[in-house]
Amino acid sequence: MKLLDELKPHFEKGGKWEKYAAVHEAIDTTLYSPTDVTTGSTHVRDSINHKRVMSIILLALLPCIMMAMWNTGYQENLTLNQMLAAGQINSLPGLSNSNSIMANLLTGAGMFLPVLLTALIVQGIWVTVFASMRKKNIDAGFLITAVLITLLMPPTAPLWQVAIATSFGVVIGREIFGGIGMNFLNPALVAWVFMSLAYPGSISGDAVWTAVDGYTGATPLAVALSDGVPSLAAQGISWQSAFLGTIPGTMGETSALACLLGAAVLLISGIASWRIIASILIGVIGLSSMLCMFNPAAMNPAWHLVLGGLAFGMVFLATDHSSAAMTVKGQWIYGLLIGLLVVTVRVFNPMMPESVGIIILFGNVAAPLIDRLVVNAHIKKRKLRHV
Amino acid sequence: MAHYFTIFFNSVFIDNIALTFFLGMCTFIAVSKKVDTAMMLGAAVIAVEFITVPVNNLLYTFLLKKGALAWAGYPDLDLSFLGLICYIGVIAAIVQILEMALDKYLPALYNALGIFLPLITVNCAILGAVLFMVERDYNVVESTVYGVGVGCGFALAIMLLAGIREKLTYSDVPKGVRGVGITFIIVGLMAMSFKAFSGLSF
Repeated sequence: MKLLDELKPHFEKGGKWEKYAAVHEAIDTTLYSPTDVTTGSTHVRDSINHKRVMSIILLALLPCIMMAMWNTGYQENLTLNQMLAAGQINSLPGLSNSNSIMANLLTGAGMFLPVLLTALIVQGIWVTVFASMRKKNIDAGFLITAVLITLLMPPTAPLWQVAIATSFGVVIGREIFGGIGMNFLNPALVAWVFMSLAYPGSISGDAVWTAVDGYTGATPLAVALSDGVPSLAAQGISWQSAFLGTIPGTMGETSALACLLGAAVLLISGIASWRIIASILIGVIGLSSMLCMFNPAAMNPAWHLVLGGLAFGMVFLATDHSSAAMTVKGQWIYGLLIGLLVVTVRVFNPMMPESVGIIILFGNVAAPLIDRLVVNAHIKKRKLRHV
Repeated sequence: MAHYFTIFFNSVFIDNIALTFFLGMCTFIAVSKKVDTAMMLGAAVIAVEFITVPVNNLLYTFLLKKGALAWAGYPDLDLSFLGLICYIGVIAAIVQILEMALDKYLPALYNALGIFLPLITVNCAILGAVLFMVERDYNVVESTVYGVGVGCGFALAIMLLAGIREKLTYSDVPKGVRGVGITFIIVGLMAMSFKAFSGLSF
């Protein structure tokens, strides 16, 4: 605290590090409450501020993060043990007891943290560059974007590709529009979609879900869509394991339970819109049960909800404040659109099983127009009322 | 029926004329500042595509195609090299006639659409749709469906873009890319999100 205060004059106008004022400000406000307060007449509307919103979202993401680390390690250790049993490898490396929570966590952290650090550092650099060039402050919340990007990546994602995708997501998805709150797309989703279009080999396919060399296995979602749900049992995957998240997949998406805990935090604190989550649920359950009625072999709604990134996307990505629809009716339409499209693409597009990310991105693109049409309809109604 | 639905769906979402082929960019960028005007332009594009694509299809099948003039005693004549100039002429003429007819009989609609009709006379989205129709060998019904589909796709895309641009009115875009620059970036991001539909087959 003292050090930062002593250094402060150097960063103020005319000081020798004037250019880096944004960095100083960011470190100062992250660690302490800022000393400079609003002067003149002020009005307090709510005790919530940007920093607190971001902290709560981070809290909500915590179960997903822990689950991501544990499951990534668990999948790798499980595969290694299977390979040992099958005689494909001669000995196990350290920390590969798949029954030990600690070993799984540490192994998983070894894969999770490098990706997170890469995303954080790359993003930090871009945010700092933009903030110092445009003489603005660094916004809170870049931690959230980095965590979301990391959770959307498969465990084997090459770090340089993560770095490029993060750069694209942060610069083109957010900073170019003026920073947080001014973007119309979720930067984490832009990064994910960029990665899946530019390097499809490292974000989808069979070889990326388990961080063991030479091991390939499709995600349960892809298996269930191509061979039908019963074939999952052959891989030892039950609905419970898919719900708990002990299945291969991207780092954060596997556990519906962790997403449920996150959803509880976000809904109780009122940060996520319950309308969006509810309407996505209605869309998914409605359309998939209708398809089930026509074709009993189709995937039923319960499986739709636990497989793939639907739970994660629904709770953390679709509810992003600056990119989702804002009006009440608009949020219902936005959620329904996403829910219906997710099931449609899953069922009718065999090439793209994991589509939640790109569909939420389309929802983001459609949200401003939906809002506008809702407002238009409202204006028209009021005009008629006051003829 | 399913065949026509596929043509329609493909031309609206998968092969969106503005976001996949990037045709008609001049009007797409210029008239997308407000949702209301974008809606009008979209309606005009749908109307013009609906008329010109099938008319050009008839022109191609009965005049320009190789062997189309067999009834007049020229079985080997292939006039398709005249295609480009004929299509654009037909489009311009139809738009003019449409404008005059609207002015005479539906003045209210004419006032609403007034500026947009001449604006899209030489829009490459219209000519592009006609050329795709010839390339894909559609018959009259198919080309009508295709024309309406392309028009709807363009209308959808320009309304989405206008919605986004209205939302971004208050965002703080760096000076260098303000205006057209940021619009191109938005269009690129929209095109990325339309990848969600690629590969869908019913």
